[in-house]
Amino acid sequence: MSGADDNVELASSQDDVSQLEGTLGPAPSTHFASRFDGFTGIIAPVLTTILAFLVGGLVVALTGKNPIKVYHAVWNGTGLNWFFHVGSYTARIPFTTAHMWFPWDTASIAAQNLQQTLLITTPIILTGLAVAFPFRCGLFNIGGQGQYLVGTIFAVWLGTSFSGLNPFLHVLLVLLAGAVAGAFYAGIAGILKATVGAHEVISTIMLNWIAVWVGAYLFGQGGPLQGSQPAIPISNDIVEGAKLPVFWGLKLLQGLSVGIFIAIAMLVVYWIVINRTTLGYEVRAVGFNPESARYSGISVARNYFLAMAIAGGFAGLGGALDITGWQYRIGENDIHASTIGFIGLAAALLGRNTALGVGLASLLFGALINGTSGRQLDPSIFRPDLAGNLTTIIQGLVILFVGLNLGGLLIWLRKRFST
Amino acid sequence: MTAFAGRLSDARWTAARSVGIAGIILGTIAFWLALPPLTSRTELLPIAIGIVAIAAGIWSWSRDERRIGGGAAMAGLLGILLGVAANQSSVENLDQVVVWSALLAATLRYATPLTYAAIGGLYCERAGVINVALEGMLLTGAYFGIFGAIESSSWAGKWAWVVGILFAAAAGMAMATVHAVWAIHFKVDQIISGTAINFLALGITGYLFINRYGDTGTPGDVPDYGIPDVHLHFLQDWYFIGPIFGQLNLMIWLSFVLLIGTYIFVFRTPYGLRLRSVGEHPRAADTVGISVYRVRYIAVIASGGIAAMGGAYLSLGFVHSFNENMTAGTGFIGLAALVFGKWRPFPTYAAALLFGFSSALADRLPTAYGNQWGTLFQALPYLLTLIAVAGVIGRSIGPAAAGRPYVKQ
Repeated sequence: MSGADDNVELASSQDDVSQLEGTLGPAPSTHFASRFDGFTGIIAPVLTTILAFLVGGLVVALTGKNPIKVYHAVWNGTGLNWFFHVGSYTARIPFTTAHMWFPWDTASIAAQNLQQTLLITTPIILTGLAVAFPFRCGLFNIGGQGQYLVGTIFAVWLGTSFSGLNPFLHVLLVLLAGAVAGAFYAGIAGILKATVGAHEVISTIMLNWIAVWVGAYLFGQGGPLQGSQPAIPISNDIVEGAKLPVFWGLKLLQGLSVGIFIAIAMLVVYWIVINRTTLGYEVRAVGFNPESARYSGISVARNYFLAMAIAGGFAGLGGALDITGWQYRIGENDIHASTIGFIGLAAALLGRNTALGVGLASLLFGALINGTSGRQLDPSIFRPDLAGNLTTIIQGLVILFVGLNLGGLLIWLRKRFST
Repeated sequence: MTAFAGRLSDARWTAARSVGIAGIILGTIAFWLALPPLTSRTELLPIAIGIVAIAAGIWSWSRDERRIGGGAAMAGLLGILLGVAANQSSVENLDQVVVWSALLAATLRYATPLTYAAIGGLYCERAGVINVALEGMLLTGAYFGIFGAIESSSWAGKWAWVVGILFAAAAGMAMATVHAVWAIHFKVDQIISGTAINFLALGITGYLFINRYGDTGTPGDVPDYGIPDVHLHFLQDWYFIGPIFGQLNLMIWLSFVLLIGTYIFVFRTPYGLRLRSVGEHPRAADTVGISVYRVRYIAVIASGGIAAMGGAYLSLGFVHSFNENMTAGTGFIGLAALVFGKWRPFPTYAAALLFGFSSALADRLPTAYGNQWGTLFQALPYLLTLIAVAGVIGRSIGPAAAGRPYVKQ
């Protein structure tokens, strides 16, 4: 992409020192979205990921474990090794009884691991989009977690009611309700930004925690959405008709639901809206420079609101997909422990807010979370609870390094030491 | 839009006053509800209305309506006290007072970590660097505080808590240094580096905790060398005050010192003036010869140390153990208090007290009501802060240059 080339040009104009600084960081006058112009392209995200994993490995090594063994075990747990075992197998065509020839074994352990990875990837894609979309409008939505939670709450509420409804309609209703609830919730921050200019970071942080405690209230002991067992602070399971169909693997073993296709479709929708519609054009214009957008007749306030509401819709849909796809219920502890919204933030930053980038980064984080989970990781090699924290460290490092524009830094350093 | 905004700026002067007056009225209502003819027989109503009244009071106080704001806060407090007292008039008064002093002592305990986090944030944001990493710095302090104390207890004996606090402050400052280098030197977006710090703190403390204490948890003898309580024996028999102030943790007393010291430093010394000028108009500060980068580095690193001491209080003086993610949002409530108090020390402390009170109440409500009201109460600080930043009138606006990297020319 063009951004990487820009860096080279900047760095090659030796006479201008301030431009060299520009590769390291933005001047204070540049607007929010354009601060991130320098690091489009593939080099910096790859460097960022490698560096984060190296530092993570260093932490493992410092505490007396072999990082190569650990990462290998994590890799096997992700199921991504499935792609490397090509052979001649038969596979059942989804939703039929017919079989066909297939180059991979769809019933192997690796295949089951991959199903888990893709299940976790699904909501990360959507919470990633919830960060990416407002980012293009110059807004930093760190409320993806709250919007995701609101989506799950509404999905559980509607999913546990209306038993006997047509399954297609029921699933549609639950997914729509999750998305609309998320959109309204994020819309609060959008309206506040658009009308009184309240900083969206502060308001979305507050909305996150309000969602956490309201959720804990709803599903906790004596809460209105607590399930039929009075001693356990967990909701009832959603009814059969509200569950998404499983197309790969067994429903009992948490097979992969069709939710992943909805998530991928949303990536396409995001790409089309941003790049091929008037709304996307206006959103990007506001993101580049709100003043000039206003001057050319674009309503900045309207776009602020719409960007946040659409983001909330993505995150809320992510929550609803999680409930209808494999979780089926939610407990008070899940509400407190969930960090999917923040992982989406890391995925969006690493994927540079492009559709393809968000998709790939979500797969990376989904695989990492699944590979380090207690279900996948062999405890004799590495304790899963340690590995879970290692995942958090790697996420933090990715967010830390992604802001650095490593590609630009590299060019800058080379320039500096060659002269 | 513009007409609306124009009306707002005209209304601002009277707005702080009218919110304060509304607070006074609400405080009165909180008491009145409990009296005949209405005689509401639930404690929840006067408490809820009283809290809103206090919030309104702090709000207008931090917007320069000191007398009316203070009056509203007092009215709310009295409304809660009298309203509940009226409810419990059949019960013996003395019991009630003892319970109330226990509740207020609990308020101080809950407010202290918030105070350290918020004061830490105050230095950082007054210098123009947004700090959403307070949560991570608090957590870092909580782990390294208890880690330092446990590991040194063999040779430091009952003074191990000193080592713990030093460890906590050093670790918090190390975390803050990363934030400072990224935000000031690399000019990375401050929200992004702050979020990264939160993740790193969560991962690193969790990893080290599991690696070191994973199987058994932190040892049970921490209270022996934890941060001690200050016993004021002459106070302990005093009516009402004795049970509150007679036995407070050392860190709570230190937080009072920190608060007053911060006020004097930031608003009454030339150094504080430099700090604030760097946060409001760095270019102007640079022009008169203040090193913007140096002031910002010092402020951010100091904020990490201060916030981490609040974490050390949490693990080493309050809970006497550590758990993964034990702060669970405390740092964000501290940030909320800072925003609610409009980046000023005393209103921020008042907000921290109010939020601490609602946490203390949330702890006690389940025993009285046996249901989920306590959980819902935990959302109150965030809701009040959301209203404060949203406030159509007298909105919370931070230092002008907060969030913008400075490029020296």
